Amino acid sequence: MAKTIKEINEKIKKGKAVVVTAEEIIDIVDKKGLAKAAEEVDVVTTATFGPMCSSGAYINVGHTKPKIKIGGGKATLNDVPVYAGFAAVDIYLGATALPDEDPRNKLYPGDFEYGGGHVIEDLVAGKDVKLVASAYGTDCYPRKKLETWVNIKDLNEAVLFNPRNVYQNYNVAVNLSDRVIYTYMGTLKPHLGNANYCSAGQLSPLLNDPYYKTIGIGTRIFLGGGIGYVAWHGTQHNPTVKRKESGVTQAPAGTLAVIGDLKQMKPEWLRGATFHGYGVTLTVGIGIPIPILNEQICKYTAIKDEDIWTQIIDYSENYPQGKGSSLGEVNYAQLKSGHIKVQDKDVPTGGISSYSKAVEIANTLKTWIKKGDFLLTEPVASLPGEESGYTFKPLKERPLDK
Amino acid sequence: MVSKKIVLHFPNKLVDQPIVYKLVKDYNLKFNILKASITPKEEGLLVLELNGEEKDYKQGVNYLKESGVKVQPLSRDVVRNEAKCTHCGVCVPICPTAALVVDPLTRKVNFYNDKCIACELCIKACPVRAMEVHF
Repeated sequence: MAKTIKEINEKIKKGKAVVVTAEEIIDIVDKKGLAKAAEEVDVVTTATFGPMCSSGAYINVGHTKPKIKIGGGKATLNDVPVYAGFAAVDIYLGATALPDEDPRNKLYPGDFEYGGGHVIEDLVAGKDVKLVASAYGTDCYPRKKLETWVNIKDLNEAVLFNPRNVYQNYNVAVNLSDRVIYTYMGTLKPHLGNANYCSAGQLSPLLNDPYYKTIGIGTRIFLGGGIGYVAWHGTQHNPTVKRKESGVTQAPAGTLAVIGDLKQMKPEWLRGATFHGYGVTLTVGIGIPIPILNEQICKYTAIKDEDIWTQIIDYSENYPQGKGSSLGEVNYAQLKSGHIKVQDKDVPTGGISSYSKAVEIANTLKTWIKKGDFLLTEPVASLPGEESGYTFKPLKERPLDK
Repeated sequence: MVSKKIVLHFPNKLVDQPIVYKLVKDYNLKFNILKASITPKEEGLLVLELNGEEKDYKQGVNYLKESGVKVQPLSRDVVRNEAKCTHCGVCVPICPTAALVVDPLTRKVNFYNDKCIACELCIKACPVRAMEVHF
């Protein structure tokens, strides 16, 4: 019998909702069958904890006396440049930003000790952060220089707003060349020395809702240890990639833009991270509840690692040159076994996304819902689906001297 | 026979002494240098694997200590900051001695420091800087 989100919320309020994680639902469906599982279970919690470069926070620091218009000027937080193209005291701090004086990879391959992701972690941890700003000064905003410590508790707003998170599936990265390469998928040893993957697999949100039947704009989520919302489909959203019969995409596909109050979040779920020879980023913890409205949705959430397939991509040549060819397909059970076969070679695997932390998030969200602290939401609008024809296009470059 | 990995800190006055030579000649110990670095006028650091008779090993280490060399077991060399580790597993295929291994049940990364040879490859491979070198 089909359920509605309203009915599930009534159960949550009474403390009677049956909530399980996307890992637990697998056994329940195996043991009880799909029909009974769909009837008994109200919510399945999904989660992921991985580096997500398209993340950042917008902040309103409050007005100084006399006033300064940072907008159109320059500002840094702990020496990391922030975007200052808004009104007087609104700034946006991006996860991959680096201090101007950071040597980048001039000292090869590059250490990247501190950047935007780390500033976000420090802010969330309640540490004082150094704000330095310069402006051109106007009649209404005469001040030209500002140097001060700021703390998240004193900021008017601090809002995490990530344009692209929660990738529905991701590539497995390998290196076919004869030198070590340093990538956002970690250090890749030459001649297929290792294979790195980055998805929570059977726990990952969009792999459990492959056609975005329940996750949409306005969906309330666990974001960085606090509460957030799906704001939009993420950038590079690509629902039209090839899918298995289960509906699960066989390559990176859908993405989400998410938003939430940074002040409620916790540093353990927003971690600054460094990829040696690549740069800095932010590791973000996200949990998304899926209401079990019918058997079909229940079936989607019971997906297993062995039924989720993805592509092996060479990051020495194919990825940087934008050649899409895959070296083969593997599933997450194979990836998690510690070894996969690529071109007849046994290759050890490494994760980038933490499965054990994803389990912790799925369990935390489960507890919140069971206690009645977290109600589900109806999406305000759907994400562009497979039928929309929405795709991820490359840039068509046009010469300037025409 | 014993086989042990140790970290030796040489104060600057000993940097120009043939200490390791004496371990071979007087104590009949075989050595394998795992890591060596000398900062002129400051100190020298040597990570050694020593092989030999138990008695010779003990006397050899005593000789080192009496000469003014600070001796530490290697297992204290690379440590994991448990509060920082997110158990992502990116270090696992980087580790040449399988000292970092994913537990198939918990999906957490176990660090077996008895297998660690302090090559330090994990230090920079770790995105959250959870692996630390302690001298």
